[in-house]
Amino acid sequence: MAAITSDMEVEVRRPRRSVIVGVLLVVWVAAYFVLRGIDTLVLGGQETTPLHRWLTEHRDGVGQGNVFFDAIRIAVDHFVVLLQNVISQPSFDRPVPVIGWLGVVAIAAYCAWAFGNWKVAVLTAAGLAFVGLQGLWQESMDTLALTVAAVLLSLLVAIPLGIWAGLSDRAFRVATLVLDLMQTLPTFVYLAPLTLFFAIGPAAATIATLIYAAPPAVRLTAHAIRSVPPESVEAARSLGSTRGQTLLKVLLPMSRSTVVVGINQTIMAALSMVTVAALIDAPGLGQTVLKALQTLDVGVAFNAGLAIVVIAIVLDRVTTAAGDRPWRTASVRRKVLLGVGALAVLVAIWFSRTYVWAAEFPSDVNVGSRIAVVATDVTNWVHNVFGGFTYGLRDAVTIGLLNPLEGLLTGSPWWLVSAVVVALAAVLGGWRGAVPAAVCLVLLVATGVWQDSMVTLASTLLATVVVVAVGLALGVWAGRNRRVDTWIRPVLDAGQTMPPFVYLVPFLALFGTSRFTAIAAAVVFAVPVTTKIVADGIRAVPVATVEAANSVGSSAWQVISKVQLPVARRAITLAVNQGLIYVLSMVVVGGLVGAGALGYDVAAGFAQSELYGKGLAAGLAIVLLGVMLDRITQAAARRTQNFQNRGDKR
Amino acid sequence: MKKLRYAGVLTAVALALAGCGGEKVGADKPAAGGKDCGTFNLTVSPWVGYEANAAVVAYVATKDLGCTVVKKNLKEEIAWQGFSTGEVDVNLENWGHEDLKKKYITTDKVAVEAGSTGVKGVIGWYVPPWMAAKYPDITDWKNLNKYAALFKTSESGGKGQLLDGDPSYVTNDEALVKNLALNYKVVQSGSETALIQAFRDAEKNKRPLLAYFYEPQWFFNEVKLVKINLPAYKAGCDTDPAKVACDYPPYDLDKIVSKKFADSGSPAYDLVKNFKWTNEDQNAVARMIAVDKLTPDQAAEKWVKDNQSKVNAWLGK
Repeated sequence: MAAITSDMEVEVRRPRRSVIVGVLLVVWVAAYFVLRGIDTLVLGGQETTPLHRWLTEHRDGVGQGNVFFDAIRIAVDHFVVLLQNVISQPSFDRPVPVIGWLGVVAIAAYCAWAFGNWKVAVLTAAGLAFVGLQGLWQESMDTLALTVAAVLLSLLVAIPLGIWAGLSDRAFRVATLVLDLMQTLPTFVYLAPLTLFFAIGPAAATIATLIYAAPPAVRLTAHAIRSVPPESVEAARSLGSTRGQTLLKVLLPMSRSTVVVGINQTIMAALSMVTVAALIDAPGLGQTVLKALQTLDVGVAFNAGLAIVVIAIVLDRVTTAAGDRPWRTASVRRKVLLGVGALAVLVAIWFSRTYVWAAEFPSDVNVGSRIAVVATDVTNWVHNVFGGFTYGLRDAVTIGLLNPLEGLLTGSPWWLVSAVVVALAAVLGGWRGAVPAAVCLVLLVATGVWQDSMVTLASTLLATVVVVAVGLALGVWAGRNRRVDTWIRPVLDAGQTMPPFVYLVPFLALFGTSRFTAIAAAVVFAVPVTTKIVADGIRAVPVATVEAANSVGSSAWQVISKVQLPVARRAITLAVNQGLIYVLSMVVVGGLVGAGALGYDVAAGFAQSELYGKGLAAGLAIVLLGVMLDRITQAAARRTQNFQNRGDKR
Repeated sequence: MKKLRYAGVLTAVALALAGCGGEKVGADKPAAGGKDCGTFNLTVSPWVGYEANAAVVAYVATKDLGCTVVKKNLKEEIAWQGFSTGEVDVNLENWGHEDLKKKYITTDKVAVEAGSTGVKGVIGWYVPPWMAAKYPDITDWKNLNKYAALFKTSESGGKGQLLDGDPSYVTNDEALVKNLALNYKVVQSGSETALIQAFRDAEKNKRPLLAYFYEPQWFFNEVKLVKINLPAYKAGCDTDPAKVACDYPPYDLDKIVSKKFADSGSPAYDLVKNFKWTNEDQNAVARMIAVDKLTPDQAAEKWVKDNQSKVNAWLGK
């Protein structure tokens, strides 16, 4: 019944809103032809505003020599170097690390078995061995050391913060705002300033990774604590538990599995920073990727990227298995087995400290160079076969869609664009949409990079539409079919963790340097997360509901459009939202392949001291675009949800 | 399950037996370098020519002087910051950067100049060789407007496209286009990778391309790009960035070291100060790294073997 009433509700409301939106757009286009070229706030490539110059001058105001920051840097540095000494770098007057490859594999597999199950233990051992066979053992261990350090430090900060935000409403609201900022602010923006505080090298790289990776853990911890049923808390209270006891004995155990999902997301985020952090001399696989790019060596870059993907998949599966593991004490048999396993691990470590073959990964079998050759060949083949067609596609999309949209956004006066956006936000999301939109637009004008923002907005909108369309199609497919899901998931994981730098060169070969290339790269990066969320949402639709629809003879299409999609609406909103944020987080990478605008401004600010202020302003503009679009979509979603609820009550 | 466990135990035993026969760690420990050279931090800027410098200097410093060289892969701007924090001691190839020199050498006094690298840097506008062959008069800037229609792309808004490179490189291109009244639009490719890929594609598929580029660059070993002659450079013609209407000046690439390193009296400082070679030398090593895929160390070893007299001069032998 719920589905039917909501449908009626939607049918009554929707035409009216879509008519208003349509009228608004027509008025905008009409006004554009009259007012074209007035107040467009153009700013040339090397030009700056007083605000930008002020930011540039005050860049050195804070920074090194500060006892507080130095203390943090030295502590973090020691921690990372310690981990490197243990698993990757020659240390303590020995030509090899403290623990050689055999020891590392044994420890990792043992942990995977103890916290997860034996399947992931086998996967772990196989994954690590594969990375070694690629000829990238040491680089991988450097990356692993840095990731482990960043993740542990992230959790040290994030879990207490998450608990706090879970317990207090005010902290929750502040946290949401700050986390949005941390996740959308391009890493490039704070990479250069961070080196002022924390110098160059592993410490700064770890801290940059930490900033990017902590938000998911805070968010999911807070979310988990907030979703513990109030009855359980009440019960504990009435039995006389103190607040501390309630937290430790009720709230935390009950939210364990969601917190583990947060840890999982943090690990993934940290791994996606590997290449970016290499720009400030973070050791590891990122260096290999960047080096290969200098000579446009797709094969070597892909090989290193693949190693990152393998490490990511191993860590993902192990944490997921750990989260799914039921909370119980081990049986006697398992305890004995665990003890025997621990002994075997100690033996492996002893071997890896004593014999060369167990300390340094044997280099006789090198799969890496073969992978590199194959990757290069495949790229060349694709380039030769599709080369002509892809340029045509690019030109068609650019001339037919992108240029008109961009012309409309950049050619209209800023006040016209602002008025239209605020009006659209009001129609779609009420005051919850309109007020943040207005504030963000005013601030965008203040950053002085209005026109570049509009260019970026045009590409972002187009990319997001494609991402949502592809994500919905794939997500529904995978959500309805278990087997598809099993096959598609590793591909999605790869798309999410493969550093975008790796596929820049093939994309450049296919599409040349253009805004379209940037859009294509953003789509590849954002589709996986959208697909995953949609698939999970579709799968969460109660089987009974779907069965009911099937039993009245609905076609597959009817089941999808009338039952599964409406019921999974929440997940779909989240998917759109995350797709958008992922697209925006690729803006800077887009700047490296010809998108220009904000992405280029940020990259230039990182590279040229006199443009630093402008780069920072452009970085803020990306955040403002993100916050604005995020608030409008969320407000619009909330509104549709409200109507639906009202319909249900009636 | 049971079978699996037996298999596991058996494998472990087999491994243990097999393993005990291997070579022991530390059995062939190399003798540590004796001389008092110590450690220095060498920045490696992100282009292959620089890597060639770094490879040879690091090789000679390690082999002949017994130093420990720590290479750090950094962008130029970040490397300059490193002089003030002690994270960077040596930059072997600096392209101009007068503003940074003023800040870090004159004002902050944390870095000093250490003479020329010997390599001449050229910046300018280039076209792929097939274009220069087909349209011989294109190399004169006065004819660029005639060919503007050839260079139109989806990004250039009806004008000809002039493709620019990595944001960290010195460029006056927007002013040049304006002041020379060229019917072109500057399009930012955003990275060196994008620029090289564009040239590679232009030469292979005979697509027109006009782009900002520079020498020395390993890519010239693959495709011999042809430079466009802009109005000749005269001293002072580029003082006002908005009014520039002349070619880029020739760059004498130079070395910068940290003040601390210069005062340390380390033999490595003398090596860095004496290090000087030519565009041909650098290209030879860069080619071995980029095209022949040797590691920097192998490439350096090969070059040093063939050019021992030059190396001896740097070492003051």
